Amino acid sequence: MTQNNAAEHNHDIHRDDVGSKMGMWLFLITELLLFGGLFLVYAVYRFTFPEQFSLAAMELNTTVGTLNTIILLTSSLTVALSIAALQKKNKFLSVIFLVLTEIFALEFMVNKYFEWSAKISHGIYPGSEELLNRSDGEILFFGLYYTMTGIHGLHVIIGMVLLFIMMILIIKNKITSDNLISLENSGLYWHLVDLIWIFLFPLFYLIN
Amino acid sequence: MENSETKHINGYGVYIVVWVGLLVLTSLTVSVAGINLEQYTLFIALTIAAVKSYLVITIFMHIKFDDPIFKLFIIVSILTLFVIFVLTFIDYSFR
Repeated sequence: MTQNNAAEHNHDIHRDDVGSKMGMWLFLITELLLFGGLFLVYAVYRFTFPEQFSLAAMELNTTVGTLNTIILLTSSLTVALSIAALQKKNKFLSVIFLVLTEIFALEFMVNKYFEWSAKISHGIYPGSEELLNRSDGEILFFGLYYTMTGIHGLHVIIGMVLLFIMMILIIKNKITSDNLISLENSGLYWHLVDLIWIFLFPLFYLIN
Repeated sequence: MENSETKHINGYGVYIVVWVGLLVLTSLTVSVAGINLEQYTLFIALTIAAVKSYLVITIFMHIKFDDPIFKLFIIVSILTLFVIFVLTFIDYSFR
């Protein structure tokens, strides 16, 4: 079935693209349940301490949050475009779109770094004296903020590494227009990171 | 399972349209958050987030054009998550 004329010996290697995509989706579902558990904790405590959650959320910078949302949505677009470009056998454009994705991801992490450092320099971090003197709801809000955006940030870093490897494989012709399932699966991972952020953003930055 | 020979390939246009839609929804959710709508604020924010997720899953994640089994995967996992939330909140409200 493979039309790989570059490597003759590849002719009868068995490939199951639908199968590997299924594996990826099953993995993504476990990720969904991981974050789902955290959202559940968030929901219960938000209903227990509604006023204290809004009070604490006012301290987060909505502008940085909105900017990061736009950056992450755009990086999702460039990954989708990269796959489309490779399907159309445009290797150069595909690599360019992946480079753009990496730049957006880096920008997201840089913003996150400044956001966290600003909070930490104001003495707001888990276990800090400043935070422990506040109400329970505020302590919980910032605990969840650091945990959830932290685990999300970890996923952004993993996604960056994954997409970088895909970029190298495309350049080396290991991923081609008729064998791009690993690029598609890495793209799915990146979109999941985006999906999680779509929910984190209103829940942490947009409480009035 | 064989690799399907006629794979659906999207043009760049579809993705760009969806991206514009996502940006519009983002600005909508930010501006709605500025208005005080009491108890509806959270509901509206989550509805907009759900619409955005739907767009990302169907188009960016290609579910619309993939094997229907993937739709089943997603529906079952979302329902599972929903049941977990409902059961937890039943427990929480009757304590």
